[in-house]
Amino acid sequence: MIQGVQIDFLSAERLDRLTMMEKIRLILDDVRSGTIVVLEKGLLPEEQSKLIELTMMEIKPDGFSGIELETYPAKGGNEGFGGFLSRLIGKKSESRLTVIGPANQLKTLKKDQDLISAWVSSR
Amino acid sequence: MNFLVRARQRVSTFLNAFFRRKRSRIGIYGPPNAGKTTLANRIVRDWTGDAVGPVSEIPHETRRARRKEDITITGTNGSSVIIDIVDTPGVTTKIDYNEFLEYGLEKEEAIKRAREATEGVAEAMHWLRDDIDGVIYMLDSTQDPFMQVNIMMIGIIESRKLPVIIVANKIDLPDATPQRIRSAFPQHPVIPISGMEGSNVEQLYEKMTEMFG
Repeated sequence: MIQGVQIDFLSAERLDRLTMMEKIRLILDDVRSGTIVVLEKGLLPEEQSKLIELTMMEIKPDGFSGIELETYPAKGGNEGFGGFLSRLIGKKSESRLTVIGPANQLKTLKKDQDLISAWVSSR
Repeated sequence: MNFLVRARQRVSTFLNAFFRRKRSRIGIYGPPNAGKTTLANRIVRDWTGDAVGPVSEIPHETRRARRKEDITITGTNGSSVIIDIVDTPGVTTKIDYNEFLEYGLEKEEAIKRAREATEGVAEAMHWLRDDIDGVIYMLDSTQDPFMQVNIMMIGIIESRKLPVIIVANKIDLPDATPQRIRSAFPQHPVIPISGMEGSNVEQLYEKMTEMFG
């Protein structure tokens, strides 16, 4: 049988239909089964924080060891991460494409403002 | 610290107690091994003579948020701020007990540490979302800022409109390039320091009285 890795690409529309806990559960269940999840529109900071909290609670010795989660910095030109100008004009930081996978299969090699380079292994 | 600073600190502690000034809870956040506990210990030692917790090369040495209350920091212009320092575990999305085995720990101890570390990270997330009034965000100035910064944390800090000081730590090391961190965060104050040697911490204290007061 050919070895491979499943990658689920979730559209922004699909994500918008889900509540915070539905999103987190969907992502965690997928990742725990060895799937790489790519979100067209990333999670809000509070959703990511909750995802990390739940991930921590599900880590087990010799089992699930957590997630690798990478996203581009929020858009904001020279302002970097959101920042003063965004606040001044009342604009919320826009979350961007995000990749999430099991920590033992997905490794980030390089990351900057515009590039996430990652390496994926099968289980 | 010289006699004048200590004298000013005593006077300001007395005045603060007298007028019951508001206390701010300041969380020290950042990736594992950025020097959070080293800085927390330095702040607490400089202003109270005490310490917060042990420091080591093993990642996740701090596995619970540790808090030291009622620290009065006084700037050179006499302005002061009363803070509770919360030293938090390094925020991470993965913890594998096998990492601890590489540092010579026994399996049972490594599993215990890993479990405590997971609880500590969950606790640190909770503190940041609900209970912190200001943040010192520690980064290692020998590392690429984009590889170590946690966008989610910056997002929470900005969405809660928390005052934040970015600390570019480890400037005593030959590979340190704190200007890379300054370029990555043009909108926030960045203070380069060596928490280990204490260089430039006075500038950090000055900024703390300005930002967290």
